[in-house]
Amino acid sequence: MAEANKSSSGCVVRNPLLTVLVLGAISYALKSAGPLLLGGDRTLPAWLDRTAVLLPAPLIAALVASSTFVSDRQISVDARAVGLAVAAVALWRKAPFIVVVLLAAAGAALTRQLV
Amino acid sequence: MPTADSTGATLPAPSDTEIRSRILRQAASIGLAVSPFALAFGILCAEADFRLIEAIGFSSIVFGGSSQFASALVLADGGTVTAAVVAGGLLALRSLAFGVVMAPALWGPFWWRAAVSQLMIDESLAVGALQTDLRWRRFGYLAGGIGVFVPWNLFTILGFTIFGGAGDLVTSLGIDATIPAAFLALLWPRLSDPKQRLIAGVGAVVAIVGAPLLPPGIPIVLAAAAVALLRPWRKQTSHLAGVS
Repeated sequence: MAEANKSSSGCVVRNPLLTVLVLGAISYALKSAGPLLLGGDRTLPAWLDRTAVLLPAPLIAALVASSTFVSDRQISVDARAVGLAVAAVALWRKAPFIVVVLLAAAGAALTRQLV
Repeated sequence: MPTADSTGATLPAPSDTEIRSRILRQAASIGLAVSPFALAFGILCAEADFRLIEAIGFSSIVFGGSSQFASALVLADGGTVTAAVVAGGLLALRSLAFGVVMAPALWGPFWWRAAVSQLMIDESLAVGALQTDLRWRRFGYLAGGIGVFVPWNLFTILGFTIFGGAGDLVTSLGIDATIPAAFLALLWPRLSDPKQRLIAGVGAVVAIVGAPLLPPGIPIVLAAAAVALLRPWRKQTSHLAGVS
């Protein structure tokens, strides 16, 4: 994410505004489909409800995993993994949320200093 | 915290005030954690010669961290609008699943649901969906969504206008480790339940193994399929007491 900028100089044909509008419309359709079609006072069918209740665990775990161990579509074990390990220990020791987050940052930063 | 475990060991229920302030603290911490990324996003847009309004458009209209980053990076590298939309769109696919998860908690008139749908991002899902009670899921979703939307846009503007080397700042201060840590913290109570631990573990493995093999964004959507292991559509005892 951070190694952003091979900024192509000169006149490249591209249109950020159009991209924003099209991608924005697609994103919004994806975001709102659930709440608009399933939400409101309607209750979900029981089987879908039981399924939906379980979805957050694998989804959030996937976000944790990919933001820790994936970099540019490659599997990579780096300082972020140390940060996550520190966070896990802090959680196990029942540290408050903000402390967990700050310790993870400190763990990753320190690892980058040392390695 | 009244955890959703199946061991039957429940702690005394915390008061509404305690729950509310705990959720607000979580939302504020996550808002703080994402701010440097918004700063980096603003800088990226400035260096790619976007206009400020386009940078803000990405952060408010597209409003989805990884999706807008991917899309803007494609444009910055000279890619076409189509390529940029596909890159961003793949990463936005997961909001469809998020919407199904959050729908029961987002009751209200059509216009209200239409408005709050814009807040459907990783962070609002994490703060919202992992609360046990429907009403706190709703509160967590809104707190997480607004708690990110505001600083996300402010810091996009700040990054765009300041124009510095915050990309390095993000890694050297270890800020890139804060988001997985925050998500893990939100997930933590659920991991005491073996069934949830199983599907979380499988989801994580799918996300990692799938990353080099599949287009970006797809592994995370695929990870949701881990729930199939529990066959929750069959009639059985609920995994989550307290969530109707």
